[in-house]
Amino acid sequence: MKLELRGITKSFGALIANDHIDLVVASGEIHSLLGENGAGKSTLMNVLYGLYEPTAGEILIDDKPVKFSGPADAMAAGIGMVHQHFMLVPVFTVAENVALGAESTTFGGVLNLEDTRRKIREISAKFGFNVDPDALVEDLPVGVQQRVEIIKALVRNAKILILDEPTAVLTPQETDELMEIMAQLKAGGTSIVFISHKLREVKAVSDTITVIRRGKVVGSADPTAATTELASMMVGRSVSLTLNKADAVPGELTFKVTNLSVMNDAGHRLLDDVTFSVAKGEILAVAGVQGNGQSELTEAVLGLHKRTLGSITLDGKELVGKSVREVLDSGVGFVPEDRQDDGLVGEFSIAENLILDLYTKAPYSRRGTLNRAVIAKNADAKVAEFDVRTQSSQSAADTLSGGNQQKVVLARELARPLKLFIASQPTRGVDVGSIEFLHKRIVAERDSGTPVIIVSTELDEVMELADRIAVLFAGKLMGIVPGKSSRELLGLMMAGLNAADAQAQLDAPVAPENGELP
Amino acid sequence: MSETPSIPAPTPAPTPAPTPDSKDVKDAEGTRVIREIMSGNAIISVLAVLVALVIGGILIAITDPRVTAASGYFFADPGATFSAIWASVSEAYGALWRGATYDPTARTWQGQLGIFETLTFATPLILAGLAVTLAFRAGLFNIGAQGQIIMGATFAGVVGFQMHLPPVIHLLAVILAGAIGGAIWAGIAGFLKARTGAHEVIVTIMLNYIAVSFVLYLLKNQLKAPGSTNPISPQMDANAMLPLLLGPNFRVNAGLILAILAVIAVAWLLNRSTLGFEYRAIGANPKAARTAGMIVSRGYITVMLISGALAGLAGVTQIAGTEKSLDSEIAGSIGFDAITVALLGRSKPWGTFFAALLFGAFKAGGTSMAVNADVSIDIVAVVQSLIVLFIAAPPLIRSMFRIKAVRPEGAKA
Amino acid sequence: MSVVAAAEPSKLADRVAIRSWRTPILLGVFALVAVVLFAILGPDGQATFRISQDNDAWQVPNLVLPAKAFGIVASLILVALAVAAWLQSKNQARVAKWVTMTFAVVFVIALMVWIIGGTKTQNITLVGLFAGAMLITTPLVFGSLSGVLCERSGVVNIAIEGQLLAGAFTAALVASITQNAFAGLFAAAVAGMLVSFLLAAFSIKYVVNQIIVGVVLNVLVSGLTGFLFEKIMKTKVDGVAIYNQPVHLPDLPIPFLSQIPILGPMLFRQSIIGYFMLVLVVALWFGLFRTRWGLRIRAVGEHPKAADTVGINVNRTRFLNVMAGGAVAGIGGAYFTLVAVSSFSKDMTGGLGFIALAALIFGRWNPIGAALAALLFGVAGNLQSILSLAGTPIDGQFLAMLPYALTILAVSGFVGKSRAPAASGQPYVKG
Repeated sequence: MKLELRGITKSFGALIANDHIDLVVASGEIHSLLGENGAGKSTLMNVLYGLYEPTAGEILIDDKPVKFSGPADAMAAGIGMVHQHFMLVPVFTVAENVALGAESTTFGGVLNLEDTRRKIREISAKFGFNVDPDALVEDLPVGVQQRVEIIKALVRNAKILILDEPTAVLTPQETDELMEIMAQLKAGGTSIVFISHKLREVKAVSDTITVIRRGKVVGSADPTAATTELASMMVGRSVSLTLNKADAVPGELTFKVTNLSVMNDAGHRLLDDVTFSVAKGEILAVAGVQGNGQSELTEAVLGLHKRTLGSITLDGKELVGKSVREVLDSGVGFVPEDRQDDGLVGEFSIAENLILDLYTKAPYSRRGTLNRAVIAKNADAKVAEFDVRTQSSQSAADTLSGGNQQKVVLARELARPLKLFIASQPTRGVDVGSIEFLHKRIVAERDSGTPVIIVSTELDEVMELADRIAVLFAGKLMGIVPGKSSRELLGLMMAGLNAADAQAQLDAPVAPENGELP
Repeated sequence: MSETPSIPAPTPAPTPAPTPDSKDVKDAEGTRVIREIMSGNAIISVLAVLVALVIGGILIAITDPRVTAASGYFFADPGATFSAIWASVSEAYGALWRGATYDPTARTWQGQLGIFETLTFATPLILAGLAVTLAFRAGLFNIGAQGQIIMGATFAGVVGFQMHLPPVIHLLAVILAGAIGGAIWAGIAGFLKARTGAHEVIVTIMLNYIAVSFVLYLLKNQLKAPGSTNPISPQMDANAMLPLLLGPNFRVNAGLILAILAVIAVAWLLNRSTLGFEYRAIGANPKAARTAGMIVSRGYITVMLISGALAGLAGVTQIAGTEKSLDSEIAGSIGFDAITVALLGRSKPWGTFFAALLFGAFKAGGTSMAVNADVSIDIVAVVQSLIVLFIAAPPLIRSMFRIKAVRPEGAKA
Repeated sequence: MSVVAAAEPSKLADRVAIRSWRTPILLGVFALVAVVLFAILGPDGQATFRISQDNDAWQVPNLVLPAKAFGIVASLILVALAVAAWLQSKNQARVAKWVTMTFAVVFVIALMVWIIGGTKTQNITLVGLFAGAMLITTPLVFGSLSGVLCERSGVVNIAIEGQLLAGAFTAALVASITQNAFAGLFAAAVAGMLVSFLLAAFSIKYVVNQIIVGVVLNVLVSGLTGFLFEKIMKTKVDGVAIYNQPVHLPDLPIPFLSQIPILGPMLFRQSIIGYFMLVLVVALWFGLFRTRWGLRIRAVGEHPKAADTVGINVNRTRFLNVMAGGAVAGIGGAYFTLVAVSSFSKDMTGGLGFIALAALIFGRWNPIGAALAALLFGVAGNLQSILSLAGTPIDGQFLAMLPYALTILAVSGFVGKSRAPAASGQPYVKG
């Protein structure tokens, strides 16, 4: 089946998310859509899947124009989609989730789940999915949930499968498995639209690559094209992937984490017996695939987790068991992973957000009363210093762009004399211009002699900033390696090998094929 | 394995899709509601009141036998129908207006000054409305003002008619007891919300009914007035009563001053104090509040304690202001009216004050309307609830009057 | 590609159990209460439960229990169960369901024996207790089923009270005017749907917070019915309030079945509304959990976006469900004026809508669970009125609190795990 998008435009009010996009997906090919976040890939796919109505343009299937008024139409036309955030009902079984919307029924609309189970087993056997139709979805690991999504599409006879950032939540191993599956599906005649911003994956699986930037198609490329070429197409200018920073001058080891474990409410260990320390004036980057214990590590330091074992000391003082307020007061600056959820109060003004964890301190308040003049003056100063682009420091924080919001959080957290600075995903969802600024501020904080911990799932960011790199996998520390370690080594560690084993595998006689290093 | 660098592009979309199973999402929903309630403009409020009054007028007209009679010969004499409608509605609303403000036709001069009845009715509404407003700003729906008023009045009553203290001290003790009674009752909901995540809406609704049963039990046993066959308590000591502001001819009492002081206090608390900053942060984004070192669970508990104390004070103004003795109807419909007052006041302290004055006027005028125009006071409940519905749905009013929406952010992404 | 021998990042690995002491603590407290009240302070004499009525097909002899002895035995069993729960928690297991279930049953029976033994007459007619309970239970079931329909699709229905009241009023008015009870029944369903229409329109179309709409609708219906009651129903023609004299729906006893002790008078000597209730409970349960219709509704209530992406129209599903809920509650309201009593009076539902909400939560959003909870609350309510005549060791007001207190315990997680549909209360806005 051939799919063609012609002149698709989608605007939300003044914002144009897709601007006259043309795209042809040939039958049985894997077509990658490459672009930064916010480039308009997901919007385009939601238009194709009937979730959004295009402002202009048309969709053609096998050269015949079609019109989708909802996902049902798209599915009927043979389009299936695996969303970035899985569209599965957690309290339903696999079979119920697969059946939903395409139920087999007997007389009177009574469910015939046996029929659905049979189909799941068939597909599962064909592609080696190993999915139990009667398992509750909420009990399944992420990788398996993704397979359930693929089964959902296949049960509906999808001829074109859209995969929206499918690897964001997968380990490298699961990613490899997914790529196997994609190859099998392609061999079976299914076309795949693969959406990603990860160049390695795109290059590995695609037949054709289309690059999107700011809602427009900026060109297409061959999977053999050079990485740097693809990268600059994607971001619009040649990218310097290295930050000019001086070597670290590590001082005293003031921050120590010893045998730290964090449990969830059900008693599973999300962080398992982790030990490391950070010196004054160095950046320790924590790498790993999302969801391997990084959030738990930073939250445990801040005192957000109740079920914590082990010890965390700063300047010899124990932090475990302290409240968040006490931890902050002992000199910890914290940039949370999700600034909109955890870092800012969206409807508060920038000025109020700049004192969100300082409001009880003089001069911002005295005897329980806020000093508005001081708060406003502080805000104006910080807005100028951190180059926050806004009309007024009294504007609500949720009117700012991602990069400017992050500057507000950073400005607040760096406002105090710090003994430890922790930043989680400091540049996630931030424009390229702001990334440089934020990175420079972080390095400046290191150079002033503060121990710094950066948590990032972006290997490039880790390699740029780190003086040493700690890798987490399934809540366990795989080891700490120097900042200039190779990508291969880090990749193996992120997949669950400890530093020594990973190095041994790299040194083995049959060396893995070498990619380009930056 | 071929390794190629990936661009340091951010992973998730700027606005992560909410996972419906997390309870924080519901808090985010509360946030949206708070914002919507608070961001509407004054013109919508005025139009909402107008439309509600028009609908009330239609109800009054079509149930008036004179109108029904005149419409029987509508085609012969359409004017008769219209004049009957006019007579019916203008009589009713005229009586409402005069009863709430100034009625030159009343037989006694006290009866002429309905404005003071308005203030009397507004007094507990202000306090209970503030209770709802304050909790709302911290992201909690306190549907339980009714129960908190009852408990406040009960505590105040126990001190007021069972203890016998010197003047001033007795009144202060009554006020304090009432605040404590309300605070305990709301505190239960706050505590359960903080410790177990129990939804405060369900808990406060249930506590309302438990309060009624509890006070009925007390009134049949320990608190029963000697010699009475009805479940009603003895009268409060004279020392325990809130002084009347304008002498014995009017019911308006020092509770009004208490209420105005409470408005000022809550306005200061919300807008100027660090505690209010904390409450607002918790209400707008509990997760960010927690990350910034605020203790959300403690915030939930303390805000409910203060909220309950305010509702308890409304109970005080009932028992020590107007009612003198305790019965199970002590709260009337104040607890539920308080929710509508807070919504009409857009969850701002002074907004709540003026909304309470309006609803107090409806109550005072409604009584006069029932007497003078034979229109049941229930119509007031209809008009009040319509006002709130219209205010809660600005697009509806906008589409009725073709007002263009003013959106600060321009576009919806 | 290199093969990486990696451990599965399973969060299930290395489980460290977290003990929960909530259930053992609760059972312990209740066991202590039982020891003090039923055993130590147990009344002397006997508690007599009269089971058969004179005209029953089978005569079952009365159940006579020595109150104090029974109290001692029961409280020992309760203590043993509490200890069992404590041991289970100590061994890091969840407290078995049979422990809590048995505990609840034994406690309720012991409570009954204690109460009856403490009255002056020391006997109670079970038929009267259970059959009379249906007067409360029936509207509760309809109300809670309305809640099930709405909440399972993701709309919180606080307006059950208003729907019941609207149904009661309309049924009385229409049945009086038409002199036809079925017309009244039909009109009541329509009235319930009208209230639902407002709930649906405001909460789905205008995305107003559902709790606010529900609270306000209750006030609106109370005001409107009160106003119309004063204006219309009090109108007398020849000294008769002609608009408030509804024709009644007769009881239709089912031959033979109605002769079964207790169950017969309870379930098989009812009006058409009562039989409809029985059918509806089973049908809704089957519909929700066994049919395509139910699967889709539950999906809409749990994860509307997921439902949308498989082509289910979320807001239409919600709208239809809320309307259906209104019809169900409206019929429940008709029970007040067409079956239970002979005319409408102001605010006659008296907060039963909120007990229905409690039954819905206590019954865990399941039609059968909600119906059983409604039965429990109905029995408690009826016991309260029976005992107010008989004189008791505990005040009837405490029985009146029971539904509310149990619901608070349920939402606080003390009584089992009550999990609302995940998207309940959240509007669904596309895009």
